[in-house]
Amino acid sequence: MDPLIFGFLLSDGLINGALYALVALALVLVFAVTRAILIPLGEWVLFAPLTQAMLLEGKLPGTVWLSAGLLLIWAGLDRRRGRTPLWLFLAALGVVGVGFLGRSVPALAFLAALLVVLPIGPASFRIFFEPLPGASVLVYLILAVGLHFVFQGLGLAFFGPEQFRLPALWPGEAALAGLPVPRQGILLILAAAVLMVLLYLFFRRSLYGKALRAAAVNRIGARLAGISVREAGRVAFLLATGIGALAGLLVAPLSNASYEMGFLLGLKGFVAAIVAGLVSYPLAVAGGVLVGVLESFSSFFASAYKEAIVFALLLPVLAWRSVSSRVLEEEE
Amino acid sequence: MLAVRGLEVRYHAAVAVDGIDLHVEEGEVVALIGPNGAGKTSTLLALLGLVTCRGEVRYRGEVLAGLEPEERVARGLVLVHERRHLFGSMTVEENLLLGAFARYKRGERGIWGELERVYARFPRLAERRHQLAATMSGGEQQMLAIGRALMARPRLLLLDEPSLGLAPLIVQEIFGILAGLKAEGTTILLVEQNARAALELADRGYVLEAGRIVLEGPAAALRDDPRVVEHYLGIPGEESR
Ligand SMILES: Nc1ncnc2c1ncn2[C@@H]1O[C@H](COP(=O)(O)OP(=O)(O)O)[C@@H](O)[C@H]1O
Ligand SMILES: [Mg+2]
Repeated sequence: MDPLIFGFLLSDGLINGALYALVALALVLVFAVTRAILIPLGEWVLFAPLTQAMLLEGKLPGTVWLSAGLLLIWAGLDRRRGRTPLWLFLAALGVVGVGFLGRSVPALAFLAALLVVLPIGPASFRIFFEPLPGASVLVYLILAVGLHFVFQGLGLAFFGPEQFRLPALWPGEAALAGLPVPRQGILLILAAAVLMVLLYLFFRRSLYGKALRAAAVNRIGARLAGISVREAGRVAFLLATGIGALAGLLVAPLSNASYEMGFLLGLKGFVAAIVAGLVSYPLAVAGGVLVGVLESFSSFFASAYKEAIVFALLLPVLAWRSVSSRVLEEEE
Repeated sequence: MLAVRGLEVRYHAAVAVDGIDLHVEEGEVVALIGPNGAGKTSTLLALLGLVTCRGEVRYRGEVLAGLEPEERVARGLVLVHERRHLFGSMTVEENLLLGAFARYKRGERGIWGELERVYARFPRLAERRHQLAATMSGGEQQMLAIGRALMARPRLLLLDEPSLGLAPLIVQEIFGILAGLKAEGTTILLVEQNARAALELADRGYVLEAGRIVLEGPAAALRDDPRVVEHYLGIPGEESR
C-alpha cells in the first residue's frame, strides 16, 4: 500500500479511535457503577455540538429547555431533601442563563453547549434509573433503549434533520512526518489523553474516586462505609456525559454533526467497551482505537461494508470473551 | 441513645423479627444473643436501613424511618456486617479511609489522625497497610472491618458476630479489642453466638429466639440464668445439674 495512503488512514483511524475510546470509557464507567448500558450516551454526545451550532446561529436550542426541565423534575422528586431542590432550581435557571449567554457571545458557545448538556445525564439517572434500584442488567438495558429513542426523537425536534458544520478550535493542518493532519484531530487525541490521565488520577488518588470504585465493586460495603450508591450513580452519569459531550464538541468540526449520528457513535463506543468486557478502562481505550483504525481501513478497502466490518468485530471478541472472561461480580 | 419498639422484619411471608423492643443507653455495651436464624442479623440490618421493617427506631431522639443507610452512618450509627463486605480489590489503607467517607464529605478534619489511632489499635493492619484486603486472613479481615467502622467515629457501633469462623486465639484478640473500646466509653450493640464471651463483656443482654426476645436483663444475671446456661453457655454448669 502507498505509505501516504496508509498514513492518512492511520491518522484518520486514530482520530476516530480517540472519540470511540472516550465514549467507551464513559460507558464502562457508567456500567461499573450502575450496571446500566447507557445507549442514549450517543445522543448526548451529539447534543453538545448541535447545541453549539444553534447558539452560533443565534438561536436558543431546545436542549436548553430540556436540560432545565429535567433539573426541575429532579428538584420536584427531591423536594423533601433539605436544600437540594433549591440548588437544582438555581441550576435550572443557570442553564437557561448560560444558554442566553452562549447565544449572544459566540466565543462562549463551546463552553455554554458543554454546560447545557452536562445536567442531562445525572438528571436522567435520577428520574429514570434511581426509582429502580438494583434492577437487573436487562431491565436497565430496556430502559436505556427506550431513552435512546426518546432522546433521538427530541434531537430531531430540536435540531431538524440537517447537518451542521462547526468551526475548528484549532484550524488548519499540521505536517506530521510529511503527512497533513488536521490540527483539530490532534487536539482531540491530546484531549483524550489528558482526560484519561485525569480519570486515572481521580479514581486512584482521590478518596471521592475511590468511593466511586467502592460503590462499583461492593454496594453493601459502600453503604456500610457511608457512601451513597445513588449519588455514585449520578456522579458516574455526570462524568460520562461530560466526557461524551466534550468528545462530541471536539470531533464535530472534523465531520458534520446531525442528530441521527448519535446512535451509530454510541454503538461503536459500545463495541469498544465490549472488547473491554465492560470492566477494563485500559482495554476500553484499546478497543476504541481498534474500532477507529479498523473502520478507517475498511472504509478504504470496502467502504460499503465499513459498518458491517466494525460490528463483525464483535463476534470473535464475544466468542473469545465467552471462554476467557472475568465477569464483573460483586465482591463479598 | 437507641430505642426500638415493635420492630418487625419480614422476608416476603417469612417473619424473621417478630415485634421486638430493645434499647441501648450511652456508654453501654449490650449483647444480643440467640441461636442461628433467630433474627439477630435481620435486626441489625433493619437498624441500619438495609432491609425494610416495621416499628419505630429512635436514635439519639430522631426517628430513623426514611433515612438511607449512608445517612445513618453519617449520624454515627455504624455496622460491622456479618459478612464484612470489605473492598477486596483495594488496600487495607484504602478500606480504612473509605470508612471515613461520610466525614470526608462533610469536610471534617482529623481523618489521618483517626487512621493513626486505628493503626495503633491494630498494629497488624499498620504492617499490612498496602496489602489488598482480599489477600488477608479471616482474623485480619475482621480487624479491618472493625477498623473501617471505627474510621466513621461511631456513636453507636453495631457488631454482627465478630468472632464468626475465627480461631480461638483470634477470638480472644478481637474480644480484647472490644474490651478496649468499651473502656473508652464506646456504645456497642453486640450480636454474638459466642454467648459466654459476649455476656462477659456486656453490661446488659437480650436473648432472641425465633424473632422474639425471650429473656433480658443485666449481663451478670443472664450469665447465671439456668436457661441461658443450658442453651447458650455450652456445658451445663454444676448449679443446673
Ligand atoms: N434475605 C433473606 N431472605 C429470606 N429469608 C431470610 C433472609 N435473610 C434471613 N432470612 C431468614 O430470616 C431468619 C432470621 O435470619 P437472621 O436474621 O440471619 O438470623 P441470625 O442472624 O440470628 O442467624 C432466618 O430464618 C433466615 O432464614
Ligand atoms: Mg446472623
